[in-house]
Amino acid sequence: MEYDAQMTHIQKSKIGQNRLIGFCLVAFTLYLIPDIVAAAEHVTTTAIDGAAGLLPAPKPARADYMTVGGMSSRTIIWGLAQMHLFLAAFVLAVPFFVLCIELTGKLTGDKRYDDMAYEFMKISMAAYSFTALFGGGLAIALFLFYPTLMGYLMKVFRGQTLIYALLFLGESVFLYIYFYSWKALRYGNRKWAHMSIGLILNTVGLTLMFIANAWATFMMSPAGVDQTGAITGTVWAATRNPLWNPLNLHRFLANIAYGGAIVGAYAAYRFLSAKSAEIRAHYDWMGYTSNIIAIIGFLPLPFAGYWLMAEIYAYSQQMGITAMGGILAWLFIIQAVLIGTILLAANYYLWCGLGRSERGQHYTPYVKYIAIVIVGGFLVWVTPHSLILTPQELQQLGGPNHKLLGPLGIMPAKNIAVNLMLVFTFLSFQMFYRSSRVATVSWAKQGQMFVVGLYIVGCINIIGAGVYGYFTPTVYKVGASVPQVVSTLSIIVFTGIVDYFMFKGSKKISVQWGRMSTRSQYALFVLPVAFTWLMALMGYIRSSLRTNWHVYTIMKDNSPEAFIPTIGQAGNVITIVTLSFMGLILFIFWLSQLGTTEQASDEDVNPAGGAT
Amino acid sequence: MTLIKVLLFSVLILFSYTFFANILPQVQSDAPEEEPPVAVGEMDQEGQIAWGEKLFTGKGTCALCHNNLGRAPDLLKMDMSTSFPARLADNRYQGVAKAEQGIKAIEAYIRESMVDPSAYVVKGFGKKGSNDTVSPMPKVSGPPISLSETEENALIAFLEDKGGFDISVALPKADDAQAAADEGDDSEEGPAESAEAAIGKFGCAACHNLFESGAEIGPELVAVGKRLSAEDIRQSILDPNQAIAKGFEADNMPGDYSEQMRVSELEMIVEYLKNLESGEAAQ
Repeated sequence: MEYDAQMTHIQKSKIGQNRLIGFCLVAFTLYLIPDIVAAAEHVTTTAIDGAAGLLPAPKPARADYMTVGGMSSRTIIWGLAQMHLFLAAFVLAVPFFVLCIELTGKLTGDKRYDDMAYEFMKISMAAYSFTALFGGGLAIALFLFYPTLMGYLMKVFRGQTLIYALLFLGESVFLYIYFYSWKALRYGNRKWAHMSIGLILNTVGLTLMFIANAWATFMMSPAGVDQTGAITGTVWAATRNPLWNPLNLHRFLANIAYGGAIVGAYAAYRFLSAKSAEIRAHYDWMGYTSNIIAIIGFLPLPFAGYWLMAEIYAYSQQMGITAMGGILAWLFIIQAVLIGTILLAANYYLWCGLGRSERGQHYTPYVKYIAIVIVGGFLVWVTPHSLILTPQELQQLGGPNHKLLGPLGIMPAKNIAVNLMLVFTFLSFQMFYRSSRVATVSWAKQGQMFVVGLYIVGCINIIGAGVYGYFTPTVYKVGASVPQVVSTLSIIVFTGIVDYFMFKGSKKISVQWGRMSTRSQYALFVLPVAFTWLMALMGYIRSSLRTNWHVYTIMKDNSPEAFIPTIGQAGNVITIVTLSFMGLILFIFWLSQLGTTEQASDEDVNPAGGAT
Repeated sequence: MTLIKVLLFSVLILFSYTFFANILPQVQSDAPEEEPPVAVGEMDQEGQIAWGEKLFTGKGTCALCHNNLGRAPDLLKMDMSTSFPARLADNRYQGVAKAEQGIKAIEAYIRESMVDPSAYVVKGFGKKGSNDTVSPMPKVSGPPISLSETEENALIAFLEDKGGFDISVALPKADDAQAAADEGDDSEEGPAESAEAAIGKFGCAACHNLFESGAEIGPELVAVGKRLSAEDIRQSILDPNQAIAKGFEADNMPGDYSEQMRVSELEMIVEYLKNLESGEAAQ
């Protein structure tokens, strides 16, 4: 016993030393990174300036593009890139909200949070190696099919590419440490050490994403180069191009929503296949939490998208018009269908959740009104402005736009629709939140009046600004959307704050976890399917904005596939990629479940030990 | 059973999205084709103005923003005969047209608006937050628009005509056509000047054993002149799948060389390969 205790002490101190050394190494590396970048930049710019002067970007000829066995190079790249992005979005998002859940568990002392966070991590661990695999495959394919472009990008981003590789190594190291040290660093102050590792993991992960975003946005809005493509600025100048930060924010939020949706599907699957009420209750709670994570990530997403599109317009009006008023405009109708599906599914799940508590019934009568707003908003959003008509139909209609429905096809009507849909989705969530609480504070009545008043004023503002936008020129239409966004965000933020304080220390109503219909769980499958398809669609739109340029206005795409495919062709590719991803995710779910399955021994099967 | 139900449900949703994407109007956007050369040498003033109008709605992409949607001043509706002189008289305007007089000042102002749009921004049309000091308009002389000076002149002629001014720009000369083509077209390399350069350009040695490349993906070409006639070689390049050499598979060689190659390049390659009878030249 004494020997064991000594050994444990020695092992602990060794672990402590190793951890200390590890932290020092990380700190030292992080400290050195700026110097490495600066040194790499200095060496390369000196070489460029000294030896060859300002070299313009290369102009690839048709013969510079390799084809393999008659396959479409672009489709191969498209598929690999999309798979890598799906997986990367998932594995970057999970540690972020896992850390938040872990912190909640620590602060509330509720062990269930910690168990759930660990289970989320377990799923993402299996996905991590596939992310790296597809990332490697993508890199090889890019150098094979687009060597000139990749050569140029390497010259522009120089030492940053090595930093990226280093960070990838760091991501792996911290991910494994974070996961495998979970149980060793579970209680007391050790938990804070564990969360610190999680924080470093998330910092490294986000930096990785930001670097990759810099490469993607440089191709859309090049910076740090002159108009011939000659490198005139630093790596930082190329990184901080006009679209970098809008894309960073958009992807960060989208990742959270996407990660939440996928783990929600996992919880729903486990719920449906659960054999006991206890397990069903656990996965019901997990599914609910995942849905909330998805909604939290999703609600501000349209505004981040709005910022991205505004910056695209500011960078190049032509690019903006291509997106919103040109060949890609129809894609936003598909986007409306997808987002409408997501909101309907998320709301439906929340409405079903009202049945978990007795007080939830109190809110049920309001559901039909919320449903009317959401479905109505969805229908407005999918209404196109101009229709493709036969001459006879054109004559009957009296023009390409319907007299009554035509106005619903333009931005002001759609802005009203999308803002109201978001506001009422938040209302659904708020109703569920309140269904398990009774406010006991003295100012509950005033608080309630404030919340209702804010909803009414906000909705009037959203509708009023939209109607004003309809009657004003295009420039003011865009301006009118700002007060709408402010109204929506104000409702969400201020009523959320009031609710938090109003229900702090409130009387708790028992919630019957597991009391959910089978049908409600299918709503949790709709979310990841629609999200995955939506992500791929938006990726297609973003890439298509460059039209026939690899690097917009700098390097033309002279490959045989320098065209924007039709919506149908794109839809087919997106579906194939989504199906592949779904297959992979199911495999990952199965792996996670396999890890918890234990074969019964002979003694367990036959405790008496008797032969049959 | 749960897994199958979930799978079927998810696939059904996926296919409904795919179906929707396929029933919408299907348009493929090809890379802009090089416009056929304009016969500038024979162009009179009317022709130049008409060409300018075509550029306004076409290659110049001006009509994308200069329309009635309010993104930029509506040049087709506004009265340029009064607004252009008023802008030149504006205290905020300090551009190059200040040094000119009369119609030459108008010409300088229009040209400056096209090649340096931020030199003077009409109130209310600047980039957000720039207080009308930065224009959102791209320089028409640079990519992606890349108008040549001759094309800029045609646009100026169109706008001057629209504004009721005299036409101040010169008519294009015959040699402007080549200059415009050289300036505007940066999408393709010129024709290869020798057979070796053409073979290098199309990467033949990457698959065929040529110039000691040792490649074995396609049949070796070291002494191809002994085996094939000039007509056969030509046919093999233009339609590689018509006859496949023993031991090799179809569809390995690109089938679009008839579109990629110029006639001169094809003939140089055919002649070069035809002369490869001993294999010496290929070494």
